[in-house]
Formats: sequence, C-alpha cells, structure tokens
Amino acid sequence: MSEQQYLDFYRAERETIFARSDARLNALRDGAFAVLQQKGFPTMKEERYRYTDVARDFAPDYGISLSPAEDAAPCPAEYGTLADSADPVVALNTMLTMSCRVVRIGRGERPEHPIQIVNTLRGEHPEMVSRRLLIIVEEGAEADVIITDRAVSKQQFLTNQVIEVFVGDGAHLNLYEIEETHLLCTRYSSLFMQVGRNCSVHHSSLTLFNGRSRNRADVALCGEHSEVVMNGCVIADKMQHTDCNTLIDHRVPHCDSRQLYKYVLDDSAVGAFAGRILVREGAQKTTSQETNANLCATRTARMYTQPMLEIYADDVRCSHGSTVGQMNEDALFYMRQRGISEREARLLLKSAFITEVVENIPLHSLRDRLLVMVDRRLKGELSKCEGCKLCE
Amino acid sequence: MAENAFLREVAEKKYEYGFETKVDTEILEKGLSEDVVRMISRKKGEPEWLLDFRLEAFRFWQTQKQPSWGHLTLPEIDYQAISYYADPTKKSAGEGNREIDPELMKTFDKLGIPLEERLALSGTAVDAVMDSVSVKTTFRERLAEKGIIFCSISEAVKAHPDLVRAHLGSVVPYRDNYFAALNSAVFSDGSFVYIPKGVRCPMELSTYFRINARGTGQFERTLIVCDDDAYVSYLEGCTAPMRDENQLHAAIVEIVVGARGEVKYSTVQNWYPGDSEGKGGVLNLVTKRGLLKGDDSRLSWTQVETGSAITWKYPSCVLQGDRSQAEFYSVAVTNNFQQADTGTKMIHLGRGTKSTIISKGISAGRSQNSYRGLVKVGRKADGARNYSSCDSLLLGSRCGAHTFPYMDVQNDTAVVEHEATTSKISEDQLFYCNQRGIATEDAVGLIVNGYAKDVLNKLPMEFAVEAQKLLNVSLEGAVG
Repeated sequence: MSEQQYLDFYRAERETIFARSDARLNALRDGAFAVLQQKGFPTMKEERYRYTDVARDFAPDYGISLSPAEDAAPCPAEYGTLADSADPVVALNTMLTMSCRVVRIGRGERPEHPIQIVNTLRGEHPEMVSRRLLIIVEEGAEADVIITDRAVSKQQFLTNQVIEVFVGDGAHLNLYEIEETHLLCTRYSSLFMQVGRNCSVHHSSLTLFNGRSRNRADVALCGEHSEVVMNGCVIADKMQHTDCNTLIDHRVPHCDSRQLYKYVLDDSAVGAFAGRILVREGAQKTTSQETNANLCATRTARMYTQPMLEIYADDVRCSHGSTVGQMNEDALFYMRQRGISEREARLLLKSAFITEVVENIPLHSLRDRLLVMVDRRLKGELSKCEGCKLCE
Repeated sequence: MAENAFLREVAEKKYEYGFETKVDTEILEKGLSEDVVRMISRKKGEPEWLLDFRLEAFRFWQTQKQPSWGHLTLPEIDYQAISYYADPTKKSAGEGNREIDPELMKTFDKLGIPLEERLALSGTAVDAVMDSVSVKTTFRERLAEKGIIFCSISEAVKAHPDLVRAHLGSVVPYRDNYFAALNSAVFSDGSFVYIPKGVRCPMELSTYFRINARGTGQFERTLIVCDDDAYVSYLEGCTAPMRDENQLHAAIVEIVVGARGEVKYSTVQNWYPGDSEGKGGVLNLVTKRGLLKGDDSRLSWTQVETGSAITWKYPSCVLQGDRSQAEFYSVAVTNNFQQADTGTKMIHLGRGTKSTIISKGISAGRSQNSYRGLVKVGRKADGARNYSSCDSLLLGSRCGAHTFPYMDVQNDTAVVEHEATTSKISEDQLFYCNQRGIATEDAVGLIVNGYAKDVLNKLPMEFAVEAQKLLNVSLEGAVG
C-alpha cells in the first residue's frame, strides 16, 4: 500500500484502534499520523534510507491486524520517549501498533536465566505486523535478552518493529536479535537505546535468513564510563537484501564503543552497512572503534558500506576500518591441495570469516548454539530446533 | 598568559596575499540572465556551438536547487548580486595588441609569480588568470616546439576549436551538479593544455588564479588533454584579497588521459579564508574530474587546501581504461570558522584498475573538516583494488573532524579497504619535543608537518616548500 492507503486505513479505523488499546499508545498516534502525512515514506535520496526502498517494501497489499495481544500489560510512561518520532517508518508503527511488550528488570535484579522473546509469523494471508517492545533495565540490574524472529508459514510478511531500551546506571545488558525467517519476509526494525553511567551493554544482531531487512539501531551514551559493544553478522544469498544502519552517539566523556559488523554475500544478495559514530562537543576521552568487513562470494553480490565518523571533541581516539573482499585464493589453494573439495574449502573460509562475530557473544550457551546455526546456514540447511513444534 | 599573547598576535596575523590591485577593470553589471550569458560569449568572440552549450547549461541550472548534502553551513548565495565577468586587462589598447598593465605585472610579482620569462623559475610555464581573464601565458613558444598547446581556454576555443569541442564537458557534463551547470553557463578563463602523443612535457605547467575585483565571482575552466604515452605535471595556485563579503569561486577542471599517458595535478589552494570571526572569505565550490580513458593511464591529484571560508571539492577519477591507476593525496587544514567538505570519488570501470586515497585532515579553532569519498567498483572491473586511508587531527576542543566514506562494490574480485583514525596530537610526542627544548608551537608545527608528509612529498619541489610554509601559517594560533 502507498503511504496514502496506510493513512486512509488509520483514518477509517481510528475509533476501533483507540477503543482496543492502551491510552498511552493512543496518545501518540495522531502525532505520528501527522508525521507520516507530512513526510510520506522516506526516499532513497535521504541519507539514512539510501540503500533501501521503503515505498517498495511497504507497497504490497498487506492485511493489518487490529487485535491487541491477549495478555497486554499497561504501557509504562517510558513508551515513545526514545524512538525517533520524526522517522516516518517509526511513525507508521506508532500509528498502528496495538500493544507494547514490556520487559522490565527491576533495580538490582539479576534473573538467573536469559529472557527470550520469540516472534513468530504465522498466517494464511499476507500481513503487516507493527511490533513494539520496551526493555527497561533499572539501576544495577543485569540481564540477557534474546529476541528471535521466525516465520512458520510460507507467506508474505512485513514486520515493522520499534524497540526502545533504557539501561539504568550501573546496569548490564546483553541483547541479542536473531533473524531467521524466509525469502518472503520483510523486516523493518528500529532500535533506540539510552545508556546511563557505568553501564556495560552488548548488542548482537544476527541476520541468518531473511528476505529484505532494514535494521536501524541508535545507541546514545548518556552517562560517563559506559561501554557499548555492537556486533553484527549477516549471511545473505539469493536475492536477499540486508541494510544495517547504526548510530553510536557519544554525548558524555569517558565512554568506549566498539563495533564489528561482518557480511557474507552470495548469489545476488545486496548488503549495506552505514555506521555513524558521533562524538559530541565535550565528550572528551572517548574511544571508539568501528569495523566492517565484507565477503562477496559472487560477482553479482553487491555491498555498500559507509562507516562514518563525526567528531566534535579533540581528546578522543576513534577509528574505523572497512573492507570488501573476496575469498583468499591462496587459502583455497592450500586446502584443495590437501584434498578438501572446493565447496568445502569455500564453506570453511566463510565460516571462519563470520565466526569472529559469533565468538564475541558473551552468553556461552547461545554462542555454541549459534555456531551450529551459522554452520548449517552456510551449508544451505535451514536450522530446525529440536523439540520445537512450531515448524511442523 | 604568554600563550594568550601569542594567540592574539597570530590571530591578527595578516593573510599575506590580502592586498587589492588598483587597476581599471571592466566589470559586467551584476546579475545573471540569458543576456549575461550571451554577453560573456560575445565578449570572448565565441562560436555558436559554445554559446549553445552555455545556454543549455544555464537553462538546466535554472531548474536546479543549490545542493545541501555537504556537512557545511553554506550561506544563502544571491546569484543576482554577483558580477559574472571582470576584465582587468581592458585598457585602451586595441584588439590583438594587449599590453600588460604594469600594475598587473607588479601584482603577480608580489605574489611570487613573475610573468617575465627571464625572471621565472626555470622549468615552470605559467598561465596567470586575474578575475575573468588570462593575463599572460609564459614559455608558449618553447612548448609549441614540441607540439604542446598551453594557453587560456578562450584562445584555445579560437585556435583549436576541434580539440576543445571534442573534450569540453566530456568529463564533467553541465548536468553533473548545480555548480558545474553554473560554471558551464558563465565560465570565463582558465587554462587549456594539450600534450600530443608520446611527448613528455619538459617543464611544469602552472596556472595562477587571482580574484581581484570586488563583487565578482571567478568561474574558471581548465581542460587538460594528455594524449597516448604523454606526460605532464600541472600546478595550480590561487589567492584573493581580504574582503568582508563572501566571494564565489565555482570552477571546473577536466582531465582526459590517453593510453599509457600520465597526468599529475597539484593544487595549493590558498584563497582568502575569512577573518578570525569567520567574516568574509572565498566560497570554493569546485568540480574536478579526470577520465582515465586509455589502458594503463595514470592520474594523480595532490591537493593542499588551506584557504577558503568554505571548500566543497571532490577531485575524482573515472578509471575507464584497463589497468589504469589513480591516486588522490590531500591535506586539508581548517582554522577559525573555516569549513571544508572535501574528498574524492574513484570510479573503477576497467579491469585491473587501482586507486589509492590518502587524506589528512587537520582542524583547529572552531572549524569543521570533513572527508567525503566514494569508491565504486563496477561489474566489469575485475581485480580492481582500492586502498583508502583518512586520518584526522584535532587541535582544540571546539572544532570537528568527520569522515564519510562511501563504498559501493559490485564485483567479487575487487578488494577495497578503508581505514580512518581521528585523534589529537599525542601528549607524549609534545613532551618529547618540549624536553628537547622545542617550544610547543614549533613542536606542533613539526608534528603536523610530519603527519602531512605523505602528501607533501608528492608535490613538486617548489610547491612543497610553499605548502609547508602555508601549513605553519594556517595553524599558528591553533595551539593552546
């Protein structure tokens, strides 16, 4: 649908939407409507949407469900305070989302087990889903949160999700997003994170299988002596398209950020990485390192990369590096010589290349599982989780 | 305290080239319209095709908007408040016999660009351009013996129309961007260079651009055609008087390199940067591009950017010939309120093409310095190779240094690498120098020069010395 159709849909269904959902969600809807109406979908001329055609992705005639989650809890006051309300894609989510999932880790709490959120796409008809998630890690709390995206029916789905994450002073959060859907799925994800003092945050985003994805992640360092690690791993082949757009905003002094994004592109896959590091005036003693390495395995795969540094403070150490390359011929030759088939050798190289990202994952049980998943993915086998009844 | 006094002294230090020459200058009425374009063309006695080219460009320009994507705060430019043609040579002398006004000779002497051949540094031929007109081109006869054409572009249009027509706009079409369209409509003088097949140009060719008249802009156009197996090294320098108003400089440089040809293009850009409050200064909005047309051709851009209130400039290379090689070396220094958004584009089309980008940004005062670059590898560019390295040095806590590299790779056999770092001068290095009795200011100068050395080394000798001096002058007062 065009933006006009989404706007018309909202106008027509406004009362139903308002009647069925939380007052806090409703409070922001009309403002979001105005943003989308005024701006329309971003075009590829806009810097943050250079590599993904939003209008095209939202064009198919998707059904939109207006039923809220059955167990929806009241929406907390933090809702909508972090997300970029000027972004039309975020606005569309704010306009249409029916409920907001909340993960709150209370002050000083340390849940024994990781928290996993499983998003499953299932249905008989093409559908657009507007998902909303709020993660609040209060002062001194520690948590591992895993978000997985799966699709169990071979249907066209469009997910437009917005995640807001608040990390309180002295808190510790490991957040993992694992995307494993199918070629017909399109995902727009916008993550906004605010980090307090003395925090340690790890964010991993893994796109193992998808159709088209556009993942935005904005992290604002708002308290001193915090550390952020952002990891990204993309494996794409066929006609897949993955666009990761990140911003690390150093607003205060004495913070450290590290970023590593790796892509393996095969067939006619398209990858894009735009990572911006912003060091604001006064954010002295910042250290920041951004690395993006990409492997194009065929001549039809295409990679765009754009690592950006924007620095307004002088006493900083920032660097970024980016490479686009091919399989190392020498390494391939070495393995062939030792009787390893070309296919196997290529696989080994790809796997070695991408494993670096997975190995950074602090949660060991997840890391081991992911190593297996990545391996299977590279072999072209879709991972089936043992014991899961969803994928029958 | 001593530091403050030093700062003040340097802040008040005069831009050395800020004087104005009193010379009768014929200036066209301010404003821009089709009539003005026709008038410029008529004044230059241009053929019909060139007027058509200008008019087409002008009409296209009218449909365009000033771009705003740069990391710059570009002031609103009133294109109707600028005069598009200023001729300082228009004395009573009749056509054909243009005596050079002694004032002009003196001006160029003062700038260190003697127009009398006997005084000139041996080995450099100069085309001196003031405002809209080329004043003199030296050593023409000696070059002509080898078949080299080196003259102003207005003369070339008359004397070598076929050559000019074949190449003008072939590398930078007027539709390329807003300022390229403006330049194509109103361009005045610039240099034209043609190096015939197999000729190695025996001396450095150089153009010196000077804006003198008030209320004007300079829109020069340079075209360099280097035929197969030929070689030329070309230098460009520029200065302008100190004025409170912003003066517009929108130039185009086009370079075509034939098979196995080689062009070295070096610029030391020292337009008036504005005063320490950020008032005045030249707006340097330039399109420079080279086409490596033949196989095994080579082109290198070397630039030292110290002047201009605003620099918006991306000397680029289109690597079309197989195994062609391009290089871009840049040092950009910004101080006070200067803004620079500069870098390069390397467009790899041919097989086995190679490019290198070395960019060094130095920001001081309250300036903003950005590197913006694109490396594009086309589908057919098998085995293309690029290496980019962009370093930024920050002096002072109120300036900014930014890096915006774009990479677009469509070929699996290509290898593209980019790395960038941003840091300040290390305390250890300063301490080391201080310990050995070198004052902090001198130490900073030393370190900065060392930092920029990779690029300065690529400049021809005389230029390198000048550039080194310029670096020191531009940065003095930045230490504190």
